Amino acid sequence: MRLLKLVPENTNIKFLKLRIPFYIISVLLMIASWGLVFTQGLNYGVDFAGGQEIRATFVGEETAPVAELRETVSALEQVEDPVIQRFGEENQVSIRVKLPPEAEGVPEFANQMTVAITNAIKVEHPEVRIDGVDSVSGKVSGEFREKAVYALLAAMIAIALYIWIRFEWQFGVGALFALAHDVSLTLGFFALFQLEFSLQIIAAILAIIGYSLNDTIVVYDRIRENLKKYRKMPLPELLDLSVNETLARTVMTSLTLLVALLPLLFYGPASLFGLVAAITLGLFIGTYSSVYMAAPILIWLGVNSNSFVPEETVADRQEKLARGES
Amino acid sequence: MLEFPRWRKIWLWMITLLAIAAALPSIFSAANVSWPEQLPEPTVNLGLDLAGGSHILLEADPGQVAAQRLENMEESARGVLNDAEPRIRFGDVSTRDGQLSFMVESAADVDRAREELLPLINGTGLIQEWDLQVIDETRFVLSQTDDGAENAVTQAMDSATEVVRKRIDALGTREPTIIRQGDTRIVVQVPGLQDPDELKALLGQTAKLEFKLVDLDALPSNVAAGVAPPGSQIFPYVEGSAQEGQFLAVKRLGGIKGDNLTNAQQSFDPQTNEAVVSITFDAEGGRKFASLTEQNVGKPFAIILDGKVLSAPNINEPIRGGSAQISGSFTTDTANQLAISLRSGALPVDLTVVEERTVGPDLGADSIKRGMIAMMIGSVAVIALMVASYGRFGVYATAALGINVMMLLGIMAALNTTLTLPGIAGFVLTIGAAVDANVLINERIREERRRGRRVIAAVENGYKEASRAIYDANITNFIAGVLLFLFGSGPIRGFAVVLIIGLFTSVFTAVTLTRMWVAGWLRKTRPQDLNV
Repeated sequence: MRLLKLVPENTNIKFLKLRIPFYIISVLLMIASWGLVFTQGLNYGVDFAGGQEIRATFVGEETAPVAELRETVSALEQVEDPVIQRFGEENQVSIRVKLPPEAEGVPEFANQMTVAITNAIKVEHPEVRIDGVDSVSGKVSGEFREKAVYALLAAMIAIALYIWIRFEWQFGVGALFALAHDVSLTLGFFALFQLEFSLQIIAAILAIIGYSLNDTIVVYDRIRENLKKYRKMPLPELLDLSVNETLARTVMTSLTLLVALLPLLFYGPASLFGLVAAITLGLFIGTYSSVYMAAPILIWLGVNSNSFVPEETVADRQEKLARGES
Repeated sequence: MLEFPRWRKIWLWMITLLAIAAALPSIFSAANVSWPEQLPEPTVNLGLDLAGGSHILLEADPGQVAAQRLENMEESARGVLNDAEPRIRFGDVSTRDGQLSFMVESAADVDRAREELLPLINGTGLIQEWDLQVIDETRFVLSQTDDGAENAVTQAMDSATEVVRKRIDALGTREPTIIRQGDTRIVVQVPGLQDPDELKALLGQTAKLEFKLVDLDALPSNVAAGVAPPGSQIFPYVEGSAQEGQFLAVKRLGGIKGDNLTNAQQSFDPQTNEAVVSITFDAEGGRKFASLTEQNVGKPFAIILDGKVLSAPNINEPIRGGSAQISGSFTTDTANQLAISLRSGALPVDLTVVEERTVGPDLGADSIKRGMIAMMIGSVAVIALMVASYGRFGVYATAALGINVMMLLGIMAALNTTLTLPGIAGFVLTIGAAVDANVLINERIREERRRGRRVIAAVENGYKEASRAIYDANITNFIAGVLLFLFGSGPIRGFAVVLIIGLFTSVFTAVTLTRMWVAGWLRKTRPQDLNV
């Protein structure tokens, strides 16, 4: 049986030739992402913004009457700027409302709001099924935001430290930079398309970091190996060689994960869509960053073939001199 | 490479089979096949976001506990000073800024007063509950120590958790989870509950019942303006009563609290036929209730629930039997709810719902079904790709992947962890890591063969060289997982737990198990060439 080989043997693609333009593009994208995050803002779900989200299915109807709902819900007292979106199937919606400031500390308030909204909908659509209600107070959502940021930062710093210890400091910086790139672009993507940003998406970003890190470490491991093997090879060439040698693995792993993710993306439950979409996006960003962000930075940070050779100490040198060696 | 001692093989298979056995109940229940009752049944708990149900996070205000404590201290201090022989006279009592302060009238009483107060200050435990200072010779200042305040919050939360548990049990829902979280929070999770309103109404009610004498000297104009006469307090009437919007002045001290109830039932008043709640006191409460009513026949007393007046009937005759009726424009349902709340006891502190998540059970079941089918399709595609690319080694890899999923489920079931939506992201990452490990190994074997190494040396080198990157990647992810668990909140923790367990199972299956199989095959057939 002939086996499938996705990547021909002994490829010699000059990946790093384009490192400068790609770097410029990536750094610009990172800046643009943060610009979007700060100007457009992320479309925080109730997890991070506080407030209420009601998910409903209009049983027996083809499509959910979004425009009509917007009117019905906006007409209610105390409801300002409700966000009403289709969610999952054609006949499913999510209705998000912020709780007014006076609701803080009044436990019944959120409850009354749910009842008011569902009752208003049921007047016109008695068959509506309420699939879920999330309500998060401002205090708790603030804690979620804070904890998510701390958790992400702590994990990224620890990762960089470990890689520094196992490789060299340049590699630690490179991995951290690649991760920052992945996280930035994912955030930028969510800001640009104003997709709902919830705790689930944080979990997705963590999974993206995990994948990207796998890729980066595989490439770095090969670079480390080649640095020891080809002591005289110029670094750009050596990086190209390392990326080429691991290319078959990169393509195969990414493709395997993609075929596992696509059915979930197109057929999986609506509640998982945001999560899976973010991971799928991260698969591409993470693979790209391992090659184009994590590797070239080593050239500028000054990695060379002596990096993995134990340094000659003063004592060693004196001993050598004493033995009459150069 | 080929050396795999028998004891090591037995050991590896034992671990594998044990973990798979632990996974079986979960798989059976997911497939809706009944599991024999005689066997132990550790299944993976599905989070409410997957299985449907209600998750409610309740929070208490520590300030309220401190305020309550101050009020109790005032009452106790008044008690011991008045009961002292001879009586210690004092005045100018204030409870401002979280401190109780008062002046004893004669400086000669200072030492005696201090003596009387000491048992109150030291409390019953090991920690000092209050600080006592005497300033300006006769002024006593009692302030709460940090330890004492903290201790009071802990105790209040412990008993609040107990009360919440009793109330939820009274609802008759299946398998609720009630856990204290942090210093001032309680998590309540009730699977399968579709309508959380009743639950929230029940938990939002403190059910602090008080019987207090009406202050007949209070000026009606002051009461209407909300100004309390000295020694009195003003409470509004409860919504829905005939006097809604009006206020009532009652004596602040000397009433009875509803702590001494032994029972509460919804019933009907035989005369008016309206819904009421019948309550029964224990011996001590009955005695107090009898003496209060004896001394005040003909006067009205107020029945106050959570700071609102339910009703203020006249005491027609002393009530000695230890049972009484609470009326106050109830419906059968509200009377029943109050009865449940009273039976389970008052919450020592108000609880506020700060987070609520409800997922309809229909949606949960549908999500699982679609998720399962999607994962099935994905698995078939992964298997096809792996086998087409690596032949026999692809078969080993997918077998290892299958065992990995089972082991992960099994360990999660054994540790009684909960699988949530973010946990599924962790699952996906774990499977990704396992696939990647085998891809790395197999690609490396190909490479070694291309360089002209002989079969066994190529396989050996493949495992050895690939292991470095696999371990580095897994250790970094492990470190990240631990930190996410430490710093993250609920959903992030769910992800981290799956990630951490999954790293171990994926390395075990993708590296160790496949290596054992490959070694066995090589030893048996000694192939001259590899189709990889």
